[in-house]
Amino acid sequence: MSTQHRCWVYGDDVNTDVIFPGRHTYTLRTPEEIAAHALEDLDPAFAAGVQPGDVIVAGRNWGCGSSREQAVTALKYAGVSVIVAGSFARIYFRNCINQGVLPVVCPPLHDAVRTGDVITFDHAAGRIIAGGQAFPIPALSPSVQAILDAGGLIPMLQRRFKGEAAS
Amino acid sequence: MSGRTFAEKALARAAGKPDARAGDILDVRPDLVFSHDNSAAIRRIFEQTGAPRVVRPERVAITLDHAVPAPTRQHAQNHAEIREWVQAQQIGAFFEVGRGICHQVISEEALVLPGETILGADSHSTHFGWLGAFGAGIGRSEMAALWATGELWLRVPEAIRITLRGRLAPGVTSKDLSLCILGRLGADGGLYQSIEFAGETLAALSLDERAVIPNMMAEAGAKNAYLPPDGAVFDYLEARRTRDYTPLYPDPDAEYVAEHTLDVSALEPQIALPDRPDQVVPLSRVIGQPVQQAFLGTCTNGRLEDLQAAAEVLRGQRVRCRLIVIPASAAVMLAASRAGIIDVLLEAGAAIGTPGCGPCMGNHMGIPAPSEVTISSANRNYRGRMGTPDAPVYLASPYVVAASAVRGAISDPREFLT
Ligand code: SF4
Repeated sequence: MSTQHRCWVYGDDVNTDVIFPGRHTYTLRTPEEIAAHALEDLDPAFAAGVQPGDVIVAGRNWGCGSSREQAVTALKYAGVSVIVAGSFARIYFRNCINQGVLPVVCPPLHDAVRTGDVITFDHAAGRIIAGGQAFPIPALSPSVQAILDAGGLIPMLQRRFKGEAAS
Repeated sequence: MSGRTFAEKALARAAGKPDARAGDILDVRPDLVFSHDNSAAIRRIFEQTGAPRVVRPERVAITLDHAVPAPTRQHAQNHAEIREWVQAQQIGAFFEVGRGICHQVISEEALVLPGETILGADSHSTHFGWLGAFGAGIGRSEMAALWATGELWLRVPEAIRITLRGRLAPGVTSKDLSLCILGRLGADGGLYQSIEFAGETLAALSLDERAVIPNMMAEAGAKNAYLPPDGAVFDYLEARRTRDYTPLYPDPDAEYVAEHTLDVSALEPQIALPDRPDQVVPLSRVIGQPVQQAFLGTCTNGRLEDLQAAAEVLRGQRVRCRLIVIPASAAVMLAASRAGIIDVLLEAGAAIGTPGCGPCMGNHMGIPAPSEVTISSANRNYRGRMGTPDAPVYLASPYVVAASAVRGAISDPREFLT
């Protein structure tokens, strides 16, 4: 199976304060409100222009800074389910897994695409095709993949507690 | 076979395993978990899981610190939901508005001890390395999972060793040292890693000064940071602790992915330029830059010695721009008051606020106007961090913050210290 995605391309060391500003963290609650402020202080065009299925393609250390999960959920609620980066800040990487958003570590893709380009995910072959080039998607460790496969940490726990209640 | 790093030993212990190596993924049972104003959001996630109740509530701490006292009705509602939850779940340690910042009050109360593991829904949970604990930040869903199950998966990080030699010169602090390290490592120089410190410099640092170092290693992407605990730490904890502990030290032949040595004797005061904590230059490069606001506080530099340092500079002076001082905890404020430090600050023209995070993350109590320049003792100066995207923030030591407040421009504190 392969899917096509439009790219939003950003640089190195993009921090969570510009992905989702701290001034909104305790006041905005609904997915629509949260999505409306995604990348507000970095790229005001993003929230207005993003469409479901779009992907982020970033440089090194995407999501450094605060542990705030809205820096992942704001993008997820805006319709982003895959983020490709040269590397991820560690809490951000965990937040992606736990929210069921696929974090793909692929350093060379950043220089191969520009905002608005369309890339192809070849899931079966585990690679991304961009501009005629193929980029491998690294495999995740099995325990981490299991969380993603469950749709995230909360769905995984829901299953566990439903099972416990039934048994 | 090589020995073990601190991180390998600490996570093996927390997972109940005889041994662990970097790269292992373990189910870890932390000794303490904590969250703050984000606890209402964590509660909502917890409620979705279907878990019947918080397991081990006696090992859960919650502080109200990020926006206190509540600046808006929404914040007040948020706090109300947290108080109700604390009651309903019988959360073991709850700190009301004004008691202080999570990292500071948990340290003061000795809720976590050397060799233990503490996970916080806050990125600066690396802080607890000051007492030789494994402290790491996690997300909200993960905290909900910890409340529900008491466990979380963690990957054992690789480690970097930084050996510090020599003694800091007068007017140069562990903040300058931390900024210098950040500048060298870069924002991802410690990504996913345990930054483990060694060397004779550490023993000469006071506990207040030590805490700055692991706190700031979050800005290098570290998972945790570690200072080897010594007698000063054990003495501090002795009157406060409620359980026994076993400190952990890395083996002499532990394997590090990188090793750095830094001689601190010749270190000059440092400053981080807007908008990156790792964009660090010697202070001398920006002397004279006008500032409209000076902010002294936060989990990085809002402790007694930080207020004391500012008072040394401010005694008998008047500030020429607004100076906002937010002590990191009520205990800090009380001690500063008893020592006459609060008087000195007020006489110099400072505005002093309720202990907590203050304007650090742009909620309230000192948000700069557009294009105003702030000099801050915090750990982070990203664009928009203090609530206003086009208001540049410089990061430096409490000395530099105070000296800059006196001049209304970035200044060298050593001119004020005799
Ligand atoms: S003082 Fe600032 S960095 Fe420290 S916990 Fe509060 S918001 Fe975070």
